[in-house]
Amino acid sequence: MSALVITDLHAQVQTDTGPKDILRGVTLTIDSGLTHAIMGPNGSGKSTLAYVIAGHPRYTVTSGSITLDGVDVLAMSVDERARAGLFLAMQYPVEVPGVSVANFLRTAVTAARGEAPKLRLWIKEMKEAMADLQMDSSFAERNLNEGFSGGEKKRLEILQLGLLRPKIAILDETDSGLDVDALRVVSEGVNRFREATGAGTLLITHYTRILRYITPDVVHVFSDGRIVETGGPELADILEADGYERFTTVKTA
Amino acid sequence: MSAVTITPPMDLAPRVHSLDPDAFSVPTARDEEWRFSPVDRLKHFFIADPAAGFVTATGAGINLVPMAEVASSWIPIDLPSAIARAHVSKAGVLEIPAQAQWTEPVIVDLTTTAANSYQHLEIVAGHFSVATVVVRQTLTGNVSGAIIINVGDGAQLRVITVVEGEFSTALALQMPIIVGRDATFTGALATLGGGAVRVQSSVKYSAPGGRAELFGVFLADADQHVENRIFVNHDQPHCVSEVLFKGALLNPGARSAWIGDVLVRKDAIGTETHQANRNLLLSEGSRADSVPNLELETGDIVRAGHASATGRFDDEQLFYLQSRGLSLDEARQLVVRGFFADVLGRIGDTQWRDELLLKISDRLGITPMEEIDE
Repeated sequence: MSALVITDLHAQVQTDTGPKDILRGVTLTIDSGLTHAIMGPNGSGKSTLAYVIAGHPRYTVTSGSITLDGVDVLAMSVDERARAGLFLAMQYPVEVPGVSVANFLRTAVTAARGEAPKLRLWIKEMKEAMADLQMDSSFAERNLNEGFSGGEKKRLEILQLGLLRPKIAILDETDSGLDVDALRVVSEGVNRFREATGAGTLLITHYTRILRYITPDVVHVFSDGRIVETGGPELADILEADGYERFTTVKTA
Repeated sequence: MSAVTITPPMDLAPRVHSLDPDAFSVPTARDEEWRFSPVDRLKHFFIADPAAGFVTATGAGINLVPMAEVASSWIPIDLPSAIARAHVSKAGVLEIPAQAQWTEPVIVDLTTTAANSYQHLEIVAGHFSVATVVVRQTLTGNVSGAIIINVGDGAQLRVITVVEGEFSTALALQMPIIVGRDATFTGALATLGGGAVRVQSSVKYSAPGGRAELFGVFLADADQHVENRIFVNHDQPHCVSEVLFKGALLNPGARSAWIGDVLVRKDAIGTETHQANRNLLLSEGSRADSVPNLELETGDIVRAGHASATGRFDDEQLFYLQSRGLSLDEARQLVVRGFFADVLGRIGDTQWRDELLLKISDRLGITPMEEIDE
């Protein structure tokens, strides 16, 4: 059992006009085996939460804490967080020219598992994982994310999720830019990962569409840098019907 | 401030061609063609050295012939190449017979024992021949001169030039390339050693339908100056030029310059040209100059573009890789290796791509990675 515990987290970003507060007191616990959905309007800070957990250097944590199984995550470097079992599937995965998917994946898996997988076993494992996500094996030879369509990038993120097997997975707008078929394939990949590992999952999304494929246990509404309401899966249906308006107009001071 | 305003000539082509060294003035840092060059470190090349030796070319199929017997159509375009041409005693000549299909690369070693040496190498690819030539320019002293490449009609010639050697040395090299009708030339120039290295590659098409690809990689360390000057003269219709140079500046004091001139003449309709230079600054206090120039005398072309970018590591790339558990060092190594693999992959020769990647990794202190080529 693992737990990611976020307590009264405040974070800011440096802008041309000085520091700007984005997270204003986020408190959230994600336990193994549970899937939390964070829903919120654009600009509410929900993607920032994902980046702050992963340790993106653009953001500064001004107060609060994040721990994974009691260990201070904020004291860890980005790669230490990954090796400790945190994974962020990014909304906009980055292109790295000249680095093949195969070499990148093997390097990442080596870092995550602490030793290089045997080459032949590894190729078999990688090819099976790719087939599960309906990715052609020629993907392995392509440069990391370079020239990938939106759907291809998201599949590669979920491929990594399955191979790296983190304790806690954070999926940032994984549904954006996907057609219905791709959304189904990617969601099935997430579900396979959840069942196989029993990991905790934090699903960040603007729309309820992906929640038809990945059922959340808990739904949070995010607005103005914090969680303003928490409920069960039915909360997503209310948001689908009524939109975010009632959460964005009623600001608690 | 000078009272006289000199308008720079619009024509990117060299203004003086001559076999006579006296036709050239001594280069200074004020000359447009030399303003990025460390003229002090190249000054051995500005006066003839009576004690100079010549660079020996060795390798299967190479003939060493007295310079007097070489019928070269190329005329020097600067003082170092004119002096070298006037004083070099022997030339290396590699002839690839017409129709020949060489499956294995031919290795040409260029070596010298003298402090200053002149060089003349001619590579002539006969009509419809197919070959790969690897030129290993190993500098133990200062070298000036030329490697002249003539690609016959319909021939496909790949020339991979690897410059290595001591940081105390200098190289001033002219590399004129003449591309015949429907011929393809692929050049790869890897500058990994030598102290002050100035290479000018010039492409000229002798007939329509030629294709010239010039790829380059370089590493510049402290006290190294790596200068690549490229001139592509599109004066024939329906020719293609593709230029991509990538360099990394490793330490404070490292210098590089890349000047890419492409001239599309009035008659060169249907031209396709693209040139780009990307530099990675791996340390403070290094400097990369990058100047792409494109001059179009006709609008009736397929495509013309140029790009240049010099920067440090992309933080987003490093964050992405680190978020997958790679340490900062591992992430940087992967990015640098990928930076070069990207251009080396375009040479079309996997053996030499890997060989050069290994040499680069070695210089960068990167542990080589097993390739998964399945």
